[in-house]
Amino acid sequence: MHVVRLLAPNDFAEWRGKARQLLAAGLSPGQVEWRMLGDAGGLLDDVDAMALPQADRPIGSVPRQFLDLAQQAICHADPARFAVLYDLLWALQSNNRLLEDAILSANSLLTKWASAVRRDSHKMKAFVRFKAIGDDSGLERYAAWFEPEHYTLEMTAPFFARRFDGMVWAIVTPYRSVYWDGDSLAFGPGGQRADVPQDDAVEDDWKTYFSSIFNPARLKVSMMKSEMPMKYWRNLPEAELIAPLIRGARQMADDMIERAASQPPSRHLRQQAREPETQDSLGDIATLADARAAIQGCQRCPLYEQATQAVFGEGPEQAAVMFVGEQPGDQEDLKGKPFVGPAGQVFDAAVAKVGIDRSSVYVTNAVKHFKFVPRGKRRIHQRPDGGEVQACKFWLNLEIGLVRPRIIVALGATAAQSLLGKAIKISALRGAPVSMADGTILFVTNHPSYLLRIPDAEGRARESAKFEADLMLVRQALDALSMRG
Amino acid sequence: MATLTLRRKLAILVDAAKYDASCASSGTEKRSSAGTGGIGSTEGSGICHSYAPDGRCISLLKILLTNFCVYDCVYCVNRSSSNVARARFSVEEVVKLTLDFYKRNYIEGLFLSSGVIRSPDYTMEELVRVARSLREEHQFAGYIHLKVIPNAAPELLVEAGRWADRLSTNIEMPTDIGLEALAPEKKPSEIRTAMANVRGKLDEAGPDKKARAKKPKFAPAGQSTQMIVGADAADDGAILNRAAGLYSGYKLRRVYYSAFSPIPDASARLPLKAPPLMREHRLYQADWLIRFYGFDVPEIVSGGEDGLLDLVIDPKLAWALKSRARFPVNVNRADREMLLRVPGLGTRSVERIIATRRHHSLRLDDVARIAGTIDKIRPFIEAVDWTPGGLTDDARLRARLVPPPEQLSLF
Repeated sequence: MHVVRLLAPNDFAEWRGKARQLLAAGLSPGQVEWRMLGDAGGLLDDVDAMALPQADRPIGSVPRQFLDLAQQAICHADPARFAVLYDLLWALQSNNRLLEDAILSANSLLTKWASAVRRDSHKMKAFVRFKAIGDDSGLERYAAWFEPEHYTLEMTAPFFARRFDGMVWAIVTPYRSVYWDGDSLAFGPGGQRADVPQDDAVEDDWKTYFSSIFNPARLKVSMMKSEMPMKYWRNLPEAELIAPLIRGARQMADDMIERAASQPPSRHLRQQAREPETQDSLGDIATLADARAAIQGCQRCPLYEQATQAVFGEGPEQAAVMFVGEQPGDQEDLKGKPFVGPAGQVFDAAVAKVGIDRSSVYVTNAVKHFKFVPRGKRRIHQRPDGGEVQACKFWLNLEIGLVRPRIIVALGATAAQSLLGKAIKISALRGAPVSMADGTILFVTNHPSYLLRIPDAEGRARESAKFEADLMLVRQALDALSMRG
Repeated sequence: MATLTLRRKLAILVDAAKYDASCASSGTEKRSSAGTGGIGSTEGSGICHSYAPDGRCISLLKILLTNFCVYDCVYCVNRSSSNVARARFSVEEVVKLTLDFYKRNYIEGLFLSSGVIRSPDYTMEELVRVARSLREEHQFAGYIHLKVIPNAAPELLVEAGRWADRLSTNIEMPTDIGLEALAPEKKPSEIRTAMANVRGKLDEAGPDKKARAKKPKFAPAGQSTQMIVGADAADDGAILNRAAGLYSGYKLRRVYYSAFSPIPDASARLPLKAPPLMREHRLYQADWLIRFYGFDVPEIVSGGEDGLLDLVIDPKLAWALKSRARFPVNVNRADREMLLRVPGLGTRSVERIIATRRHHSLRLDDVARIAGTIDKIRPFIEAVDWTPGGLTDDARLRARLVPPPEQLSLF
């Protein structure tokens, strides 16, 4: 049996040096006993006297995962940690994929220890409470007493250095202490609670916060205790409030429930008198601006409830031509403007190509709210149904009535259905104008988003050409109108 | 009027803020004060520095700048017609409190909200001033969460996102009808437009395929929202549909569900009883299933009755009990998606099962060791040495899995 003595309870580098020597000497876990300096069962002066057999058998590499696991597990307080780590290191020499096997007992033990250590370190980050120690030199100085369950001060101290760079502070634990001077970390011996101040001027504010943020109607004590175990309470200034808060909770909650509404304060009444009653009346819409404001309150169909906002048409009030699409898409819904998404860009390009001035036309949609189904982080467009198209016809009629376009272009079947009052096939109507009862000329073509959905470049080019040809007819009709004046 | 002490203001303005459910300080960029001489850091995941006896964590200093408010939302303790004590912090007072608490390691940062006073722009500008002062004058690198006041000017939103880690706009109610009934001055489309604007700024600041010059940062921890559960008649289906719509539309990191809790001086139009905490808990579980387990809303709702989730058992178990034809699942062969649907198996357990089975087939004991529990899992899986036989379809299965009734706590 070879006894290996370690100086530090949690120094991975030290353990690793010894373990490498043992491996090189070919010593199996059964031949080694790990002890801490000062442990019973041996003489103190045999620390380095234990000459390990000199040999240099090759040492296999271990997966990165082992190093991560071991650096954490070695901080655990269980005296068996050094031996279990060596067991696993030994086993990894013959099969270095062992760590993938969650059922291997050394694995699950080390994993459990590592996670207890991480938790302990996390709780230190959470539950250290600094107390101010005056600031004679102009620098603010703070100290904290903390009792970790494992040997976690060294691994946690850099966190405090990153967080409290501009302060001078110390954390004292029973086994070691650490001091930050604003520049570097220095470790020293452990200490006692009395080594740091007991009080802090801000503590009463903190207690005020703690008791005021608590909602007595929602008492969940077991939840609190599982996240803030009672072993930490003795060093948390707010913990002394917990018992009285719990005792008084039922009474406080009942009081809240029983305190019925009282007379509103006079401030409220004055305020109410100032606020004019706003009325969204649809009766007196005289301009596009009126309509644009009124449509935000539209509840003519259920689509308003999932969409962000109603997307009203846009363009000059006296535009000669009005383009009507289907409904706003994702981008239009977010920005509140029609034809700004991918299909809108296709539309803009095509219009420019045939020589129609984009800024001179009015663009809108048959349905003003975006219809979609949520799928994870995306919204999948849904075609509006007949009822929704019918309900929204009110707004489209209003736009047509106010803009009075000479030419209307229906982009896609939904728009055509809305304008003609019946379902139609695009292919049957495209290529020739339809004269409407009120004298406007109606053109029907595809919706630009149709072009985006064609997978092959050749098909897309063919359909784009047809779309542009349709727009060219619109342009010619426009030219003819302007010639006539 | 007598001036209030700072501590009295603190008590009032913390009390006014305690009904807001969100407190998280996670998901932001990594930052530290190292080498700056300032204080503060963020490391991706937040830290809960304390817990109140209501079981909720205390991570941020959660306060209102003021609880004066021009709105009269029925569910809100700060509504203008309420007779609660009122107070207002100065910008400097909030900054000092934040720094004092932070330096003692009580908190991760600040969550600042406010009643709306004068105008949305004025109120938002005050919130932004606090954040700007912390960052610019005090080199504060801790977490900041600011509440967005709907209808505030776009420039203020941009500046808020520059200083804050997270922005949130509360949707308040699961349905527009509910909001109109209880918060007559708030407009649902204005709230959603505010969220859409935040999303737009997040998109602009986000990684771009075409690498350009460094873009100004905007709310690296994204945006969140909250809705109140149990103050109106909306069922769980409506609530989860709303949440799914918000997640997909505005890139929200979190939707918080806040069980409506009785408030002092409450309006007679509200249900005055203990908050439906179990319902809130089930909604969080359901939300989790939507975001991490590939469930959709109709599936989850189908686990309960009449649009309400089962309060006795968790939503995944409720769904499994009603979808027994899809079980048992063979833990040695099933794909990840199906393993994730086994009651009692979480994402980590599933990953470990998949890694381990590359080495050897799993027995029931192995699954128990990985998952840490087996009772709930057993009827729904097959392993090398285990098949549930008739157990999966047993009519009494639900009764067996229902947790035993608990003694009510006495206090």
